[in-house]
Amino acid sequence: MPAIQVTNLSKSYGEVKALSDVCLSVETGEMYGLIGPDGAGKTTLIRIIATLLLPDGGNARVLGLDTVSQYKELRGEIGYMPAVFSLYSDLTVQENLNFFAGIFGTTVKENYDLIKGVYHMLEPFKDRPAGKLSGGMKQKLALSCALIHRPKVLILDEPTTGVDAVSRMELWNLLHEIKNQGITIFVSTAYMDEAKQCDRVALIQKGTILGVNTPEGFAHMFPYKLFAVYASDIWKHSDAIRRLNACETAYMFGHSLHFATKSSNENADSLGQILKSIGIDAVVKEIDAGIEDYFIYQLSEK
Amino acid sequence: MAQSSFLNFITKEFKHIFRDTRTLLIVLVMPVIQLLIFGFVISSEIKNANYAVLDYSNDYLTKRLVQRISSSGYFNFKGYLNSYGEIEKVFKNGDAKLVLIIGNNFSQKLQNDRFANYQVVTDASDPNTASILASYVQGIVNSFTTEYFGLTRQKERVSVQSRMLYNEEMNSAFMFVPGTMVLILMLVTAMMTSISITREKELGTMEILLVSPLKPWQIVVGKVIPYIGIAFTNVLVIILMGYTVFHLPLRGNMLLLLGVSSLFILLALSLGILISTLSKSQAVAMFISMFALMLPTILLSGFIFPIENMPKLLQWLSLIMPPRWFLSALKTIMIKGQGFQYVLKEVMVMIAMTLVFIGLSIKKFKVRLE
Repeated sequence: MPAIQVTNLSKSYGEVKALSDVCLSVETGEMYGLIGPDGAGKTTLIRIIATLLLPDGGNARVLGLDTVSQYKELRGEIGYMPAVFSLYSDLTVQENLNFFAGIFGTTVKENYDLIKGVYHMLEPFKDRPAGKLSGGMKQKLALSCALIHRPKVLILDEPTTGVDAVSRMELWNLLHEIKNQGITIFVSTAYMDEAKQCDRVALIQKGTILGVNTPEGFAHMFPYKLFAVYASDIWKHSDAIRRLNACETAYMFGHSLHFATKSSNENADSLGQILKSIGIDAVVKEIDAGIEDYFIYQLSEK
Repeated sequence: MAQSSFLNFITKEFKHIFRDTRTLLIVLVMPVIQLLIFGFVISSEIKNANYAVLDYSNDYLTKRLVQRISSSGYFNFKGYLNSYGEIEKVFKNGDAKLVLIIGNNFSQKLQNDRFANYQVVTDASDPNTASILASYVQGIVNSFTTEYFGLTRQKERVSVQSRMLYNEEMNSAFMFVPGTMVLILMLVTAMMTSISITREKELGTMEILLVSPLKPWQIVVGKVIPYIGIAFTNVLVIILMGYTVFHLPLRGNMLLLLGVSSLFILLALSLGILISTLSKSQAVAMFISMFALMLPTILLSGFIFPIENMPKLLQWLSLIMPPRWFLSALKTIMIKGQGFQYVLKEVMVMIAMTLVFIGLSIKKFKVRLE
């Protein structure tokens, strides 16, 4: 039995279709990523799975329980962390933890082993009101609170949004630790680079699932030959590069420019020559496409 | 498990209240201030009203009469006028609220004909005060003439002796102490609970609470219990202050009074819960509370404007205002000192209203987001 099973799910807000015909299946113990741009329908899907929204059509089952008809049994089995910071700002770190442990009928002590990774980082601030924590600390506290009752499934809505790079990394490390404890994790994010952290990823856009695969699987689905182009101020030339015949698509990727071509004859040298002909002196390397390249290809395709 | 998690919830709610200075001010300090303001500023009692006299007789007796009025404690003598034309001037300048005109040969006529004329002119731009002042003066003049000339008219006329039962001294505390109590309870319970519940929605914490094993009634009851305690404290403080500061007699049964107050607290809470289920944000909850609760409480409950004087439509409307019933019961118990059977109707209506509001709230409470 899959931990989460979503079948033909659809949901509209008035005229706007937030989800149409979404299907996905999350295996027990898996770290499953839901990746897509803002407004793709991630929060809607997560809220339906977390029993907080009613779908217009289709159904979602978590741990075999229907999120609509069996929501009462299901609540309490899942850990849910909303996208916006939803703890009590006027209560301290310690009080928030105790409160959430309390409403789930457990204690911090009882499940200390589960949250100790997160709690360790929070310990120095345990008497500080939650509202006065930094963004990263807030998310770590929220994660602890969502975990405190040892849920079987942990559902996280964009936990890394608005968090600095170091804290993001720390949060993902924590999620891996939690996964190793046997908890199924369903996590959404708008950051494509975070897809690599997941066992499997569903790519969502405009309420439709564009594909489900492992990060490597997605990378292999990239249909073109890919080169990384390094030159100073390369972004100034991106329009000129896109106009080249050989160019299928080109986009900035960190400090370099990724150049995709359909023609299998091209190699790093020949591309360097072509760029030189339009006045760009660049270092060109042939590279393997990553999952992000596939996403950019997919999302711009649609 | 339910026991400890529920207690835990209530503790959290108390922390919210005691850590927020503004909330604390509203629920604990404001009631006291409001009572003092109503008590000392808005008072229907008349003390030291300025008056002037236009005396066409100007004899020994009329001088005694003026002295009598001035020493009554209600009036403050501002001087004699010389002509009828000056009356308007003193009113317009605000020098006097009332002018007593004594006809000529006052004492002589009284002695010979047993009948003399005087006139009371009042500044009726404040009609309530004016009519009270006029009746005070008439009362004083009547008792004065009776004293000097014996019962003058008992043969010729019917003598009317009005008494203000239950409040002979026209102590306005009788009106504003129960009124303030209603207002405060509405504010502290209905408004504060509706705001505190919608705050959880606005912060997003409601999402987490919903996805917890807490049952909806536990969430709601947990949130309102602290306010029950605070509202009850307010009741005690108001009664105590009414008794000590404003000399309000406590004629009725104290247990009955507290019982009826507790019933109204429950009623106001259920109304607050209903408002919270209907509003998505604190601002909306505040708005509904203000317009749907505070204004009717002040205007239609009989607190300030007597219900009997309202147009029929508003009288009917006042029937569905919860404060009206509480105020009526409160006055019956506190001031008339009546027992349970005299407030039975009010109690039944309040119980019915509470049940309706709770029923609607259960129906409207959303176990999901919208």
